[in-house]
Amino acid sequence: MSTDSPVDSTSLSTSHSSRVASGRRLTFKILRHNPRDPDSHPHMATFELDETPGMTLFIALNAIRDEYAPSLQFDFVCRAGICGSCGMLIDGRPGLACRTLTQTLGEEITLAPLPAFKLIGDLSVDTGQWMRGMSERLETWVHGQQEIDPDRLEERMEPSLAEEIYELDRCIECGCCVAACGTALMREDFVGAVGLNKIARFRLDPRDDRTDADYYELIGDDDGVFGCMTLLGCQDVCPKDLTLQTQIAFLRRRMIATG
Amino acid sequence: MKSITKAKSRMPARLDLLQSLSGLVLALFMWFHMFFVASILLGADAFDRVAGWMEGSLIFEQTYPVIVSMAAMGVFALFVLHALLALRKFPSSYRQYRTFHDHMKRMGHEDTTLWFVQVFTGFAMFFLGSVHLYIMMTRPDTIGAYGSANRVVSEWMWPLYLLLLLAVELHGSIGLYRLAVKWGFLTGSNPVESRRKLKRAKWGVTVFFLALGLASLAAFIKIGLTQQDHFGQPVLSWASSVPAEHPMLPVPPLGELS
Repeated sequence: MSTDSPVDSTSLSTSHSSRVASGRRLTFKILRHNPRDPDSHPHMATFELDETPGMTLFIALNAIRDEYAPSLQFDFVCRAGICGSCGMLIDGRPGLACRTLTQTLGEEITLAPLPAFKLIGDLSVDTGQWMRGMSERLETWVHGQQEIDPDRLEERMEPSLAEEIYELDRCIECGCCVAACGTALMREDFVGAVGLNKIARFRLDPRDDRTDADYYELIGDDDGVFGCMTLLGCQDVCPKDLTLQTQIAFLRRRMIATG
Repeated sequence: MKSITKAKSRMPARLDLLQSLSGLVLALFMWFHMFFVASILLGADAFDRVAGWMEGSLIFEQTYPVIVSMAAMGVFALFVLHALLALRKFPSSYRQYRTFHDHMKRMGHEDTTLWFVQVFTGFAMFFLGSVHLYIMMTRPDTIGAYGSANRVVSEWMWPLYLLLLLAVELHGSIGLYRLAVKWGFLTGSNPVESRRKLKRAKWGVTVFFLALGLASLAAFIKIGLTQQDHFGQPVLSWASSVPAEHPMLPVPPLGELS
């Protein structure tokens, strides 16, 4: 049974039906397109599925692919909201499929790939290319003058500071904040909340010798912190609940003081 | 460590700060402005007295409408500056507009939608605000309960003022809310909770000033309708004469207008 027809509707009452069903029959509308196939055109494919208790979008998508749409492309690695691979538009909002329970959604669920990133196929996008470009541009690594001696113990750091750095380091680069940002979608050179959060993280790190004047060179323009229009989509969709609003406001004040 | 030799321009920082500061001053000015205008709800005399204060009656023995002209020019200059700075953030092509609009519709995210409301109301104010400010700059002597009421009704300014009121109150309150979260002010130790409270306060402010503005506009319309027969006759401001006693314009007290 083909699943690539725009009007195709595939019913699925799979091995999952052996579990206790919650009683809902879900309809998935999934944007399908293979950019490497010249005959492919973007369309919404429809699938139906019995909801099971505790069902996540990860479970649902695997069920659809296993049974009816083997060519369906989507990314998963950890299934626990750690790897950041499964970001997608869920009913129009960016989110992680593995952490989204179907019971939190309506009976009709629309899935689409994250905008702003290169489409690999269907729900799979290449966030890595975007993230690498951003990282190289913002030089998101420790800039230290000190020679590293592998035989010597590392400099001590206050636990509270280490906690602060770790808090910002929890970013998994899933791309949800970029896809939720109207500025990033309008202006592709904007570094996004993920980039600004990384600057905030290295700014805290005592091993990094850079000053605010150095950071101004990286984010002191309309592609950086001054490009942020405080739409706060990033803050509201971040699956790791990072304090992006606070970090960007802090960086803005620091960069103004520097400028 | 990569050496950084070429210093980046400090202009983006200054423009960003200037946009926020000009917006803050304009928004706070509009709060005071609305309270002054709302004095019409206390009666024609109250409004004329406030108009007289604006023309220097508290300092000088007589009034000088040119003071209002100068103030309006200052506000207009700030208004133009703020508009110029805000233009940097507008979608610069139809493609950008479509991208943002589609994103806004798809996400259904309140703050994203509120930004679009600001763009829309800001664009409307380029025209609506300019007309109002030009009149305030050129005809400050006509500001008064009866002069302003004539302008609202007989000179057909009420549709413009109605649209301007909606645009200003939405734009200003959203702008103040955005300023607070943009710079991290009033966010306290729990920014997420503070933002929720700020947004609630924002809606409260919008409703309050819209209600005050609509009531004031209704009061002017009521006076203006009564005065339609006298349209075209000279109206003197409060300081020159009390309008109700002016032989050219026999105006009954507000209480008798119905």
